Amino acid sequence: MMFKRLTGALIGATLALPAVVSTASAYELVMPSLDYRTGPYAPNGIPFANGYHDYLMMLNERDGGIEGVKVKLVQCETAYNTKQGVECYEKTKDTPPSRALVYQPLSTGITYQIIPKASVDKIPVHSMGYGRTSAANGKVFDWIFNFPATYWDQAAVLVKYIGEKEGGLDKLKGKKIALVYHNSAYGKEPIRTLEKAAEKFGFELMLLAVDHPGQEQKATWLQIRRERPDWVLMWGWGVMNQVAIKEAASIRYPMDHFIGVWWSGSENDVLPAGESAHGYLSGAFHAPGDNFPAHDDIKKHVYDKGKAQGERDRIGEVLYNRGLIAAVYASEAIRNAMKIHNTKEVTPEMVRDGYENLDLTEARLKELGLPGFTIPVKITCANHAGPRKVALQQWDAKAKKWSFVTDFYDTMNDIVDPLIEEDSSQYAKENKIKPRDC
Amino acid sequence: MGSELMFFFETVISGVMAGVMYALVALGFVLIFKASGIFNFAQGVMCLFAALALYDFMAPGGWIDRLFGITLPVWLAIVATIGVMIVVAWLIERLVLQHLVQQDPIILFMATLGLAYVLEGLGDILFGSDVKPLDLGIPQGASDWALDTLGLYVEKLEVVAAITGAVLVTVLAIFFQRTRIGRALRAVADDHQAALSVGISLRTIWVIVWSVSGIVALVAGIMWGSKSGVQFSLSLIALKALPVLILGGFTSVPGAIVGGLIIGVGEKLAEVYFGPYVGGAIENWFAYMLALAFLLFRPQGLFGERIIERV
Repeated sequence: MMFKRLTGALIGATLALPAVVSTASAYELVMPSLDYRTGPYAPNGIPFANGYHDYLMMLNERDGGIEGVKVKLVQCETAYNTKQGVECYEKTKDTPPSRALVYQPLSTGITYQIIPKASVDKIPVHSMGYGRTSAANGKVFDWIFNFPATYWDQAAVLVKYIGEKEGGLDKLKGKKIALVYHNSAYGKEPIRTLEKAAEKFGFELMLLAVDHPGQEQKATWLQIRRERPDWVLMWGWGVMNQVAIKEAASIRYPMDHFIGVWWSGSENDVLPAGESAHGYLSGAFHAPGDNFPAHDDIKKHVYDKGKAQGERDRIGEVLYNRGLIAAVYASEAIRNAMKIHNTKEVTPEMVRDGYENLDLTEARLKELGLPGFTIPVKITCANHAGPRKVALQQWDAKAKKWSFVTDFYDTMNDIVDPLIEEDSSQYAKENKIKPRDC
Repeated sequence: MGSELMFFFETVISGVMAGVMYALVALGFVLIFKASGIFNFAQGVMCLFAALALYDFMAPGGWIDRLFGITLPVWLAIVATIGVMIVVAWLIERLVLQHLVQQDPIILFMATLGLAYVLEGLGDILFGSDVKPLDLGIPQGASDWALDTLGLYVEKLEVVAAITGAVLVTVLAIFFQRTRIGRALRAVADDHQAALSVGISLRTIWVIVWSVSGIVALVAGIMWGSKSGVQFSLSLIALKALPVLILGGFTSVPGAIVGGLIIGVGEKLAEVYFGPYVGGAIENWFAYMLALAFLLFRPQGLFGERIIERV
């Protein structure tokens, strides 16, 4: 009898075991990574993709994935080309077993194109600090998130900073601020906010477009030399940034009056200009450097095991850290979704809930090995842009490093909020979307 | 002198300098087209590839450093890169061109299109895609003397590029007119069959002309790479050379220079004086428009050969 029971139990266990094991190992969290490791924008795409990859691989190696479920990173090359980006989206969105849980396109052009698609496919998109600014309104853009701040917030904060340096926002009257921008959907994003701010504070706004890729900008900088604006802002990407910084130095424009968006503030942008880039400023929402415990874990679990895609000495560069924090947000949203829905087999719809209830506190950042790395983020159904705070960092050419030079500034709600409301309402009207009640 | 007039001069000077930079790229196209009738779409990528190789020879962590534990000084790195470009030319002739002799020009053009992708991919695999600051000691930034005494903004790097361009054109002119190989090149350019019949080896000539074009690509790569760092967007400078070629003619070395100057000055004046009225960023398309306007009056370009065919 005893033998029979034991045999039965063994047979039962043998039959059940593969099912249990296969359930545990078969389910994977599909996270597409729309990379650009080739083409003219590769120098910026590579460190971001490496940071995103390395953090998720570190979770796989150290923790067996997110809450023990492995991450399946599906990389697809976009070359920063909108058409290729959309193809990547279509190719990867139904990847089994979980389907794509979240997209991070790292391109405003691609983001604009996949917003309507992702809304139909019910897949969250996190355009972290880029993309369509009015996606901040979660009532209209159910599936799109753009925290921790939007381009419009950043433009407002840069005006605030300039006002502070000039001795108050009222002192902006009569000043001249130039915007040198990439002639694309991305580059044009801050114009409306800056126009509103110019109206309100009485400064003159000078708009200077630079065509892709921005290798030749002499005419732009000749105009700046002639007009001598008090401040120059830049919304650039790729080679445009490096050339602009060199040109600014050539015409002896003071670097501490030249401020880039946070996509114009990486090591790639300033190193080719050498000493002359000293003092250049840019927006920022996370720290540079590799002196955080999370970086140590990446080195130990990814680089030491030969599973990295990048070079060890480039860990901690600005764009690497940006990819890393994008992966942190995504993994925390997935973790959150698992808790909310009490399952480890999360779907894209559940991950949307994870994002909408994300509450990444200072204490949680510390637990993740990133104390003080960035500001806490709290997302709600209505607010998909989060804290909307921006700090400024400055380049020290001698030490070859970026450092924060300000605290995080709040946005100018009186300027930005009506613009978000107006643009999102227009989008809702055009696409016959009934805003959610939240 | 009034400040407006001074600004006008500054714009023209900047245009001239930018034009020389475009002409440096255009020269490579002209050489190959002149000698073989091939429009080499890969010329921009050859500039990139040459600059990548040059940087790698000098950089810690480059191939030479990894293999032999040394980095090369600038002059030796330039010599080594010339060697690389000659090997590339030989490989192109061996693997691509010799199989396409007597094919239509469009077939050869398509082959160079493929070549551009292969070279770009190879550059990526061998040297990586990150931005490489190229410092060969070429002076950079505004000329302090011109700025302080004349109030005129002149970029030192572009002055060096202009001098280099002038030297390059002189050397090429001597090479074409005074040397045996140069005469053979011209013979091949005039008539392939006739050149072959007098014992000129088409294959050798192709290797030579692609090598010379590779060296010109290196010069252009050095100038553009010093300006913005060596990076993959360098391959797109070919697009800047196209209107220069349309305007100057595909077969004329002086045409590349004069075309470059007209395009450079024209686009800068257009951007500065008309750009603000139409939203700016007009210099790229304006260059093509200017070139097309010239085509209406001289379809063969300013200095191109007039092709008269009997029908």
